Amino acid sequence: MEAIERHTIAVLVDNEPGVLARVIGLFSGRGYNIESLTVSEVDSVRGLSRITVVTSGTPMIIQQIKAQLDRLVPVHKVADLTAEGPHVERELALIKVCNTREDRIEALRIADTFRARVLDSTLASFTFELTGTAGKLDAFIKLMAALGEVEVSRTGVVAIARGNTVSMPMLRDAAPGGI
Amino acid sequence: MSTDQTTIEPQEEMSGAAMVLRALEDQGVEVIFGYPGGAVLPIYDEIFKNNRIRHILVRHEQAAVHAAEGYARSTGKVGVVLVTSGPGATNAVTGLTDALMDSIPVVCLTGQVPTHLIGNDAFQEADTTGITRPCTKHNYLVKNANDMSRILHEAFYVARSGRPGPVVVDLPKDVLFAKGIYRAEDLKPHKSYRPQMQADTTQIDEALRLLASAKRPIIYGGGGIINSGPKASELLTKLVRMTGYPCTLTLMGLGALPASDPHFLGMLGMHGTYEANLSMYNADVMLCVGARFDDRVTGKLTEFSPNSKKIHIDIDPSSINKNVRIDVPLVGDVANILEEIIGRWEKQKLSPDGKALTAWWKQIDNWKSRDSLKFGPSIQTIKPQHAIKRLYELSQGRDTYITTEVGQHQMWAAQHFHFEQPNRWMTSGGLGTMGYGLPAAMGVQIAHPDALVIDIAGEASILMNIQEMSTLAQYNLPVKVFILNNQWMGMVRQWQELMHGGRYSESYSEALPDFVKLAEAFQAVGLRAERPDQLDDVIKEMLETNRPVIADICVDQKENCFPMIPSGAAHYEMLLGPDDQATQSASEEGMVLV
Ligand SMILES: Cc1cc2nc3c(=O)[nH]c(=O)nc-3n(C[C@H](O)[C@H](O)[C@H](O)COP(=O)(O)OP(=O)(O)OC[C@H]3O[C@@H](n4cnc5c(N)ncnc54)[C@H](O)[C@@H]3O)c2cc1C
Ligand SMILES: Cc1ncc(C[n+]2csc(CCOP(=O)(O)OP(=O)(O)O)c2C)c(N)n1
Ligand SMILES: [Mg+2]
Repeated sequence: MEAIERHTIAVLVDNEPGVLARVIGLFSGRGYNIESLTVSEVDSVRGLSRITVVTSGTPMIIQQIKAQLDRLVPVHKVADLTAEGPHVERELALIKVCNTREDRIEALRIADTFRARVLDSTLASFTFELTGTAGKLDAFIKLMAALGEVEVSRTGVVAIARGNTVSMPMLRDAAPGGI
Repeated sequence: MSTDQTTIEPQEEMSGAAMVLRALEDQGVEVIFGYPGGAVLPIYDEIFKNNRIRHILVRHEQAAVHAAEGYARSTGKVGVVLVTSGPGATNAVTGLTDALMDSIPVVCLTGQVPTHLIGNDAFQEADTTGITRPCTKHNYLVKNANDMSRILHEAFYVARSGRPGPVVVDLPKDVLFAKGIYRAEDLKPHKSYRPQMQADTTQIDEALRLLASAKRPIIYGGGGIINSGPKASELLTKLVRMTGYPCTLTLMGLGALPASDPHFLGMLGMHGTYEANLSMYNADVMLCVGARFDDRVTGKLTEFSPNSKKIHIDIDPSSINKNVRIDVPLVGDVANILEEIIGRWEKQKLSPDGKALTAWWKQIDNWKSRDSLKFGPSIQTIKPQHAIKRLYELSQGRDTYITTEVGQHQMWAAQHFHFEQPNRWMTSGGLGTMGYGLPAAMGVQIAHPDALVIDIAGEASILMNIQEMSTLAQYNLPVKVFILNNQWMGMVRQWQELMHGGRYSESYSEALPDFVKLAEAFQAVGLRAERPDQLDDVIKEMLETNRPVIADICVDQKENCFPMIPSGAAHYEMLLGPDDQATQSASEEGMVLV
């Protein structure tokens, strides 16, 4: 058996109704994994959205996933960030932890070492905002879970290649509100 | 893009429904297969006024799609379907899935409830774009009449470009009534969907190097050659004759190389010939041309042509490396790439390794001498293979098109009816849809009114779309239904015999109609052959009759279809006949496969 690899794939799509259902349907219909999927419009002039999907499979499956994505009609471009070189990945989480006394102090201390921000607090809770790799978020959430009742909301991974090449350029006047 | 309108106005205001007809005309559509209902009445109103586009009223929406498939496969044009919302659309789903699996270009227009009612469980509402998303190449919901012309032209472009497939356009009734602007410029291609047509030339040179150095070459061609157009078949034939290499074809590729060509080894795969499958297994270089390494072809993957370098021509990158690892991928259109290969072969003055090739052919001829398609004599009963053979022989010299249903009869047709040209053989390969053949034949006959169109059927399959006999009557379509009536779902019975200990659960065709009377009830001619000595007369009478005919050919009920590679077995584990089957039993792995 070939080894399972984890890949982060960026997909530039027409921002039209059903496009997300098409991508998700492709993954469920063909039995591929989705570890994380994020989507948002990135070019309002051309109406393009960027989907970032983290998936895993053998190299043959990963190749299939990319080819299958690429043949969807509204897909403009597929980039395998994991295969194409170094890239940065970030995820944002909002974590609410409910606790009192020492646990509350400890939670704040840990949040400080993780550089999490306090967005909201009551006498019996904190809501933190934390940005980082998925691994960092996992570690932080695990610690919080040991210190009280926890509720978590995560965005999923967004990613972009390092360096000065632009593989999915945005039109200059497509920035939100124009330039 | 033909139109007998003198000029296409750059912009014109009209209703959504009028735009539908106008777009069809501008796409050169001559015929649509459809069935009316509330949601599409505005379009039917336009059809009433239009005398350029012919509407064929089918008797079931599934049949409309299969008819469009038959029309498309036999002409190379896009087939067009029109159905109503809700049940009209859901009835079309089997046909759409069939067209997707076999890469057939179809545009299916579905009615929809008015936009303000979508999502309200309105009368005859179905989430058509949701339901058809996984069974179409692409689909659209038109929410504004001003998008109509763009979307319709895009639908045709997507259906026929790259790897062809079915496209659904869902049309809410209010949008059909609304006025909008029809723009002729919408005829230009899609903004971003541009399939790759021409392969990388360094890859082509790499392929040439492998081909020229091959000692045991095999060319394995498929439906992509038919999709690419008649020129692709001519080029394949040229390549085969130029190199002298053996060539086998999939079920979907039959006709791409003339069956009479001495280099043709017959079909490969589960019911392919001994020589085709063993050549695949023993080859050192394989050139796959527009085929997709389907599991019916490869058998056990780990044992599939283990020692060959593989070159794969395919327009769809997702077909490459899907099941089988490819050494040299050539992404693009078959005709373009074959032309390039042939041109470079000639320019580089390449030649095959003559000595090795002679030895290879000697080996192949040896396999061929096993005569794996042989069958017993028709003494008491008509052997189904014999019936196909006689049908083939007696229809020589005619302009013949064959469709099939699904089952043993389909495989016997593939083995014993021989095709000299592409686009003459219409069968449901990927989905294996019983009920495909009769409506598909209808579509073929509409496209080729003077041709001989025969649906080779099984008695069980034919009942799945038998209502279309009524369509044949209405339009005087002289389709011939040639039933190999074995009174069994023969293919099911065969599997139960080989893999389920002969427990024939629910596979007997009980309470069959009298097909002769059935034909007569549909204003067709009914014929029957029960004994071998009646067969030729029935076939001749069928061929002479210029009306729809059902020929009920009562064949040997116990006959099994050989050769057969049981599911999950390797190419060399072929069962060649009834004597083999006792000694082999399917592996556990194979049992779970279909
Ligand atoms: C009962 C039953 C038994 C069967 N037994 C067999 C059997 O024994 N042997 C057999 O072969 N099949 C058999 N089949 C059919 C089988 O299931 C598949 O449908 C068939 O093998 C697929 O044929 P293909 O590989 O030619 O691909 P197709 O389905 O025809 O696909 C065509 C390929 O060509 C590509 N393509 C399309 N257009 C172009 C172009 N312009 N240029 C380049 N590439 C293009 C497509 O991307 C695709 O990869 C059987 C089916 C049934 C129902
Ligand atoms: C719609 C559909 N349902 C079920 C099947 C499974 N199936 C494959 S072949 C077959 C039997 C076909 O019987 P018949 O038409 O008599 O053909 P024969 O095999 O006897 O030649 C069945 C049920 C199918 N292919 N399609
Ligand atoms: Mg039968």
